[in-house]
Amino acid sequence: MSSWVADGWLADGWLAGAAVSSDFFRDRSGGGCIQENKLFCPDWAINNLDRYSDPTLQHLVLVVSAVAAGFVIAFSLAVLAHRHRFLSSPFLAATGVLYTIPSISFFFLLLPITGRGAVTAIIALTAFTLQIIFRNMTTGLRNVPPEVTEAARGVGLTATQVLWKVEIPLAMPEIIAGLRIATVSTVALATLAVFANGGGLGAEIVTGSNITFKTGIIIAGSIAILMAIVFDALLLLTGRLLAPWKRVAL
Amino acid sequence: MSAGPPAQTAQDDDPGDRPSGNQSTATPVKYEEVSKRYPGTDSDAVHELSLEVPAGEICVLVGPSGCGKTTAMRMVNRTVEMTSGDILIGDRSVRQGDAAELRREIGYVIQQIGLFPHRTIAENIGTVPGLLGWSRAEIEQRVEALLKLIDLNPEFGDRYPSQLSGGQQQRVGVARALAVDPPVMLMDEPFGAIDPINRSRLQNEFLRLQAELRKTVLFVTHDVDEAIKMGDRIAILRKGGEVAQFATPTELLMEPADDFVEDFVGADRALKRLALMRVSDASLWKAQICRAGDPTGPVRTDLASAEVPHALLVDAESKPVGWLSERDLAAEQVPARPDSPADPLIDADSILRDGLATLLQSGSRYAPVVDGRGHLTGILSVEIISEFLSSGEATESDLAAVERPHE
Ligand SMILES: Nc1ncnc2c1ncn2[C@@H]1O[C@H](COP(=O)(O)OP(=O)(O)O)[C@@H](O)[C@H]1O
Ligand SMILES: [Mg+2]
Repeated sequence: MSSWVADGWLADGWLAGAAVSSDFFRDRSGGGCIQENKLFCPDWAINNLDRYSDPTLQHLVLVVSAVAAGFVIAFSLAVLAHRHRFLSSPFLAATGVLYTIPSISFFFLLLPITGRGAVTAIIALTAFTLQIIFRNMTTGLRNVPPEVTEAARGVGLTATQVLWKVEIPLAMPEIIAGLRIATVSTVALATLAVFANGGGLGAEIVTGSNITFKTGIIIAGSIAILMAIVFDALLLLTGRLLAPWKRVAL
Repeated sequence: MSAGPPAQTAQDDDPGDRPSGNQSTATPVKYEEVSKRYPGTDSDAVHELSLEVPAGEICVLVGPSGCGKTTAMRMVNRTVEMTSGDILIGDRSVRQGDAAELRREIGYVIQQIGLFPHRTIAENIGTVPGLLGWSRAEIEQRVEALLKLIDLNPEFGDRYPSQLSGGQQQRVGVARALAVDPPVMLMDEPFGAIDPINRSRLQNEFLRLQAELRKTVLFVTHDVDEAIKMGDRIAILRKGGEVAQFATPTELLMEPADDFVEDFVGADRALKRLALMRVSDASLWKAQICRAGDPTGPVRTDLASAEVPHALLVDAESKPVGWLSERDLAAEQVPARPDSPADPLIDADSILRDGLATLLQSGSRYAPVVDGRGHLTGILSVEIISEFLSSGEATESDLAAVERPHE
């Protein structure tokens, strides 16, 4: 794995200039289905499923690294902005810019600095997640009822205790909601990592500059969708576990 | 967790058998020319306030909205920092030491209650003991005792605040404030958001608790009726947190210091005196009681000379069951189920004003009075109340004799 992270694992990748090899077409297992590039070729799919395991793993690493880094940064920014209100607007503006820059442009901006590879992709993806997580967390913190923080202070919690024992736990549903949106979008966006030589399922979708191999797109796309659903479900579950008070019958 | 566990005060050493009662010695609170000016304003919210609240008493700060009551109260636990002057708890200035540590030693109850929605009732009540580093077992024991004290089913300990009614939540708010048995309590319109019926119940409960706990309480309200009912002493504030009069409720009603106080107390001062006395303090009528199965003959004879012209059926525990009608008495024996029920029943602990309200609402001229366990203690009638209002013309000495409803 270190090799693709360090120097770009896709030897004949898109940015490298070479057209993707015509693996698909030398492989005759699909027969005429492949030649005609039909919507979905089951035979080929069954015989070639293992070629998706590495890209899937790479995709996972891209998403998890980007969201984890994004979470740590956005969380810290939100805490800072909560303590010092005047920081809120600049942070929102800055993360907003990062959110809006198309990832592909970002790859090219980063190329001179971080070169090609997964690191570049992860940086761009991380930048994308910041705004979503930051915005949700600040909303969550702002929605904590003032009388609750007032009471917390009044009974003797320090400012730090109010933050960690009251405000952040109460903002947790919104924080998790932000993570869910960020994760699902990152799963989709990470397919573009291939343009930075960053690997992932995108490599199985963009297989050449002017070739669309439909079966491959469908398989890679399905894996991405499945991944998004699994992440979403896991986060949903985490959210439920972290906010038991939200589930009580009234 | 920036603050380490603070030094435990002496009373924290043995929380295990900490009784609900008067362990911590109440401490007086003294304002010394305290002023507060909020940044960006051009006059003091509280101006040179001097006030002495004796230990173990409820001092009510009352006054129109915006006169500085909340500000004055919050400077005690430094949730608002004073601009000048000093506040002493006992002989210690609140300015000394860390504000968060100070607050842990002062009970704090606010109108919006402010329970932690993500913590169970037990966790809410155990907040301050937790901050002070009590062991889990100690906290558990204390929470259990407090749930009992506020008359909440122990099962509620595992519930979340949103599962409780407003009145129950405010009880929990009071329990949370009492958790480490602080000598001083601050209460900012604690019952202001509760419906009138539950408010009066919570007020009675708190007075009952206070009779036992004897905390030094600063109680803020804008409702002069509540002030008269709750206060051992009342400070009427006018704008700028200046004291217009600091007096016992009786003095306030008998001798308002000036027009402002007179206006604020209201034209119905005479009626307000009804809040100075509890039903149990009034000279209640003696009920003509009988039990199911008694022969009706003697009952009829006794009724002829009784204060209450109807006989009241009580059960074996002397809980009122119902009033006997003429028809009931026409039988040989007193029936088990008389024609009219005994309600309304009046709580002996309620104030005369609420007792009168109950009577007027029900359209009865008299009603049985029962104690906390439901046992009959007498009969309250409209006559008793009108006599109290006229006869006493409630001279000051009379009132001094009954002085505080909860003493
Ligand atoms: N944080 C604040 N900043 C500026 N002014 C305030 C603040 N809090 C209260 N005030 C002002 O101080 C005065 C007293 O307020 P407060 O103590 O809340 O009165 P009360 O509790 O009697 O209604 C009011 O005029 C109010 O507008
Ligand atoms: Mg107020």
